[in-house]
Amino acid sequence: MNKTAHDGKIFAGLIAFGILGPLLFPDYTLQIALMWLMILMASTWDIMGGQAGYNSLGNIFFFGIGMYVSAIAQIGMVYDVAAYTSAFGAIVVEFTDTQYFTGLVLGIILAGIGASALSILFGVTVFGLRGPYFAIGTLGVALAAGELISGWGYVGGGGGISMPVYPGEAGASSKTFYALFFVLAISALGVIRWLLGTQFGLALNAIRDDEDKAEAMGIHTLRYKLIGWSIAAFFMGMAGAIFGNMIGFIEPLEVAFPTTTFGIFMVAMALLGGKGTLWGPVLGAILFHVVKELTWTYLLGWQWVALGLIIVVNIVYFQQGLLGWARDKWPEAFGLKVDTDAGAAAREAAE
Amino acid sequence: MLDNIQVLIVAPVFAVDLLLQGLFIGAIFALAAYGLALVWGVMNVKNLCQGDFVIMGGYIAFTMSWFDIHPIIALPVAFVLMFAFGWIVYLLIIKRVVDRDMFTSLLATFGLSLLIQQVLQLIFGPEVQTTDAGFDSIVLADSMIILPWARIISLILASVLALGIIVFMKYSRMGRAIRATAQDPRAARVLGVDTNLVYAFTYALNAAICGAAGVLVAMIWVIQPYYGIVHSIRAFVIVTAAGLGNLPGVIAAGFGLGIAEKYADFVFGAEFAVAAVVSMLIIVLVYRQLQLYRLRQVVR
Repeated sequence: MNKTAHDGKIFAGLIAFGILGPLLFPDYTLQIALMWLMILMASTWDIMGGQAGYNSLGNIFFFGIGMYVSAIAQIGMVYDVAAYTSAFGAIVVEFTDTQYFTGLVLGIILAGIGASALSILFGVTVFGLRGPYFAIGTLGVALAAGELISGWGYVGGGGGISMPVYPGEAGASSKTFYALFFVLAISALGVIRWLLGTQFGLALNAIRDDEDKAEAMGIHTLRYKLIGWSIAAFFMGMAGAIFGNMIGFIEPLEVAFPTTTFGIFMVAMALLGGKGTLWGPVLGAILFHVVKELTWTYLLGWQWVALGLIIVVNIVYFQQGLLGWARDKWPEAFGLKVDTDAGAAAREAAE
Repeated sequence: MLDNIQVLIVAPVFAVDLLLQGLFIGAIFALAAYGLALVWGVMNVKNLCQGDFVIMGGYIAFTMSWFDIHPIIALPVAFVLMFAFGWIVYLLIIKRVVDRDMFTSLLATFGLSLLIQQVLQLIFGPEVQTTDAGFDSIVLADSMIILPWARIISLILASVLALGIIVFMKYSRMGRAIRATAQDPRAARVLGVDTNLVYAFTYALNAAICGAAGVLVAMIWVIQPYYGIVHSIRAFVIVTAAGLGNLPGVIAAGFGLGIAEKYADFVFGAEFAVAAVVSMLIIVLVYRQLQLYRLRQVVR
């Protein structure tokens, strides 16, 4: 088996789906865009959670920070932010096309940088916490951020901010944001794939297996953890900025820092597919998104209960995930398979 | 914010009032935190649905108030019902995660917490609720300090419950088995303790303590399906600050958190109430980490 060729095929398949999907099913453009967001969330969570063994429950923090950084940057370019937010949407600021798009690009980039900077700041304080303390500490950071922003009048507090309105016709905005999510998710996967092939990936795995020993072997563990976390934060921040612009209205508790919903879903997605593998979180995210949409359609009112049940069953009874299970069953196809049928085929080929 | 601090200095009677409010609330926090310390110490399970058990207990009292049943009668009912619920949760979920790594138990209980809060929200709706105990208030210092009897009774009930649990843990056969298992599960098994039963009993007892605490919360404060996570965070703050197996520490930290929360509420304003609790969690965790740093010798 050639690992590089195999990953290349999956990448090609994902890119083909990403381009063809919205062309063939234009009505589902938004759904597929959200699927890319889910893939991005699960895969970036897996950098620290799966590869380095630092199970964060607060990665959604970066998503919300990115959203707010981009909002402040985009509105602040042409208007006074405090005056805009205190009017609660009564002031409609007209953005020219150039202003809107430069603001959007600048906002997304600043969101990534801002989230990364905060991840390093928080990383220094929370990375000394190990195991469950780290999980609770990161959960605390994400919860606190949502609550603090709810009380911060400058960004509209609990009332939220209306984002600049996309210029041009209605259909064009969904295509633009789809393209942004698609490119972001694919580039994040590419960066993760590249990182895991380098010494950096090995260092993260060494930290996961035994942090004290890794330190004794001369690995500067704190530096690796900070870099890993800031990469995840960079992509999450940009994703938050794009999501905020796509939704058009941001609010601290439900949209920007949904710690008890999407913050835990990303962990569940990575676990469902199999954490610590490149394609596991992708597979888990796709499955979870499909199940989520199905429960939304057929179990309306009970959808959150159904999702909570899925998470509990997944964690308690099937923790290794789909790819983890496949890896245990067919170790020679170590973490390379997306579906288990292909794993069986590989075993037959090997015999 | 500064104005509020000035009010405290100018009118110290407000400060006394806040102190009393904090003490009454803190007693309930200490109760839930003691349950967490029990499960954490005996089974090494970080129970993140602690607060949701509290809220469940509150809703049991709330449901019974529809039938004109007084919250004080609801207290033993909630205790028994939540004991049964805790036992079922142990058999279905906790039993399978108790030997795994600690993150698994954390995540499984977090998932359970989501499940409980969503079911409660479907049944009772998202409104903030309370039960009326129907007691008078004692008015002191020219009605600057209002002391509702419900709070005093809740403090007494919490103390009685805590005392009962301490006596149970110290003198009963099951209590001794629980303490033995906490010290060394393997040795306890060798000496004939059925550790599975002990685990189930400990978890159920924790749920029952939380349920009773929840009745008191519903009696003197408010309940809402999504408030559970904040109660869980409070329990974690208290246990992390006090350390495991330190009962006086848990009680002191519980009162301390209750008072600190009331003061933060007054000084920063009600919109920062939850933020203050969560920030205290981060402060406690960072403090612990600094303590650990002092123990670690890093060669550079």
